[in-house]
Amino acid sequence: MTARLAGPRALTRYREALTRARDPGRRVVSVCVGTGCRANGAREVYAALRAQAEKHGVACEEQSRATGCLGFCQCGPLLSVAPEGIVYQHVRVADVPEIVERTLLGGETVERLLYVDPATGRPCRTEEEIPFYHRQQRVLLRDNALLDPTSIDDYIALGGYSALCRAFEMGPVAVLEEVKRSGLRGRGGAGFPTGRKWEACRDAAGDLRYVVCNADEGDPGAFMDDALLEGDPHSVLEGMIIGAFAIGAREGYVYVRQEYPVAVERITRAIDQARDLGLLGESVLGSDLSFDVRVSRGGGAFVCGEASAMMASLEGRRGVPRRRIIHLSERGLWGRPTNLNNVETWANVPQIVLRGADWFRSMGTERSTGTKIFSLVGKVNDTGLVEVPMGATLRDIIFGIGGGIPGGKGFKAVQTGGPSGGCLPAEKLDTPVDFDTLVAEGSMMGSGGMIVMDEDTCMVDVARYFLRFLASESCGNCTSCREGLWRLRDLLGDIAEGRGTRDTIALIEELADTVKATSLCALGTSAVNPVLSTLRHFRDEYLAHVDDKRCPAAVCKALITFSIDPDACNGCTLCAARCPQGAISGEKRQPHTIAPELCIKCGICRDVCPRDAVRVH
Amino acid sequence: MSADRERGVTARELRRIAAVLARYPQGDAGSLVNALHDVQAEFRYLPEAALCEVADHLGLPRAQVYGVASFYQGFHLEPRGEHTCTVCMGTACHVRGAARLLETIERDAGVGAGGTTPDLKLTVEEVNCVGACAIGPLVIVDGEYHGHMTADRVSRLVAKLLGEGASR
Repeated sequence: MTARLAGPRALTRYREALTRARDPGRRVVSVCVGTGCRANGAREVYAALRAQAEKHGVACEEQSRATGCLGFCQCGPLLSVAPEGIVYQHVRVADVPEIVERTLLGGETVERLLYVDPATGRPCRTEEEIPFYHRQQRVLLRDNALLDPTSIDDYIALGGYSALCRAFEMGPVAVLEEVKRSGLRGRGGAGFPTGRKWEACRDAAGDLRYVVCNADEGDPGAFMDDALLEGDPHSVLEGMIIGAFAIGAREGYVYVRQEYPVAVERITRAIDQARDLGLLGESVLGSDLSFDVRVSRGGGAFVCGEASAMMASLEGRRGVPRRRIIHLSERGLWGRPTNLNNVETWANVPQIVLRGADWFRSMGTERSTGTKIFSLVGKVNDTGLVEVPMGATLRDIIFGIGGGIPGGKGFKAVQTGGPSGGCLPAEKLDTPVDFDTLVAEGSMMGSGGMIVMDEDTCMVDVARYFLRFLASESCGNCTSCREGLWRLRDLLGDIAEGRGTRDTIALIEELADTVKATSLCALGTSAVNPVLSTLRHFRDEYLAHVDDKRCPAAVCKALITFSIDPDACNGCTLCAARCPQGAISGEKRQPHTIAPELCIKCGICRDVCPRDAVRVH
Repeated sequence: MSADRERGVTARELRRIAAVLARYPQGDAGSLVNALHDVQAEFRYLPEAALCEVADHLGLPRAQVYGVASFYQGFHLEPRGEHTCTVCMGTACHVRGAARLLETIERDAGVGAGGTTPDLKLTVEEVNCVGACAIGPLVIVDGEYHGHMTADRVSRLVAKLLGEGASR
């Protein structure tokens, strides 16, 4: 057990001892075990790597590492090799012996595991050569590749907690001014200026204050906060300690979604490590600051991402929002001044303190400074986490970084801002992504989910999906939200199932306005955004459903039929064998047919057909 | 009171609950959600007696504990199946056909989302997003992730889970 560090100089000496013991030229193989890669078998790859390296007498502790998310989830499991910067994609356990012998020991590149740029056909050896990476500006995600998230030593060796020392030199007032001047705005969605929030909490009356980290990343399709907490937990924690110093808080909470068990484990461990080293607890680094942090798990309620609902949940109550006539900065958790920021916001703080507000302002736009992480998912070639300066256009992100739409399909829409955001059509692809522009276009930044939709996505179905989500997540406090959202979902169901008329659309618009006007919290007031934004940009698709009883994207079950193209079918009988309804018949080696009265449109026949002969229209 | 409390649980189970609650200071209302998680981890659901024990330990009205346990999706008040099949209903999975997967599972298992088969073999549930969007649509079986799922493959998976019960 290491003793508590007595002060900033002790931390510097500790860091120097760590770096002296580490050879910067030593080769290290890092395996990404972030959510995406883990689901693809990365842990097995890492175990194989350790076993294989050991066989060759390699010091595993020093030359292999399991890291957090490296971002390029599409190509996982990912593996990167320092100092050369080689990146291998789709690594399987079977590839490990060759990687150890040729790369780890020999310093050679295994060509077949490199990413090939589809545009040029050229294999890319390093991150810089891969288009997905070289168009990004990775400030927050950069260190994910360089550290083992379970090791505070790795973080400190990379310069970790030097921002905290810098903050102590500056003093709380100057730190707060620097954060204010940086223009940092809340990454959780609302985009409120962080420095002003801190100031309000610092100036509020009361002797006990709290800082809280919102890690209840509830937006489906968004996982950047998870990636930061899993991959670089100390950066978030250091941000919170600096915040507590500037605000004068003694206690902090990290409120994490229970659906992220690894994130819970990593941040809990990080807190324990920081406490052991004297970076938390009484007299942090020998200073006057006493501050400690607890982890609190969410219960699986989307509404708890709303600040006042989260406070209720932290206090052991149902997550029901309250009217915020008095700000949380004055009366928050247990009725005391509370400052709540999102994970990514906190992670920006050490960088701002260390590198200065001017550096931060040099990235992004005038009113939206810095970088933002987006999770680029859905119908896009290169799914993953993308960090770009604010103000990058949707086109830059989806086509430049994401490599466009798979299968030669057409782009239809991109959904930003989570369930409460909106869908933007192709005409809006050149919109710069910043807080204010997205709102002006009827969507919002949200926490950074970016879901790409192609011509096979039905916008009525998407709106119905979000309404169903939000209706089931409504806390039930306000009648308009509790009842109105279910009613809206049913009306969208009428349209999707062929019962809708133009009056249904008019009724939806009227009811949406009512819900928006009469709900208390942001869940209710913004819940209608998905339906209103799709009606605004994709009205033709709604009209096709109500006027022609047709779903142009062939998604809405009631309006489509399955059939088998006799020219493509070779009579292999696979579909007939797998059909749960016995709806498919035909002779061996002869074209089969589907009996429409028996078909339940489950799509299994389309999944199993080796010749792509099943048609949906 | 004690008879009421012991309903449905054995003395050994009561001791397990007590061991979990010992991690939390008595009367600490702020620990409620965390304590419920830990108790649930023991039983895979929250038996009525456990709710009463939590309430007593944290000094909270039983109504509040029940209110919280029934408010959050993460808590279950009914016994759960031996296996859990969870369909990710995140947006990225949705646009890649997650709804069709759920329908297939519901049809094959004969229970709706949130339900458990009568033989307590399989619980079917939805989750809003687990952040593995790159490999969607995603189905999680007993904590193991199955990416790029199709209706056909999920149907085979469910058959295996249900069949396992029959052969035992």
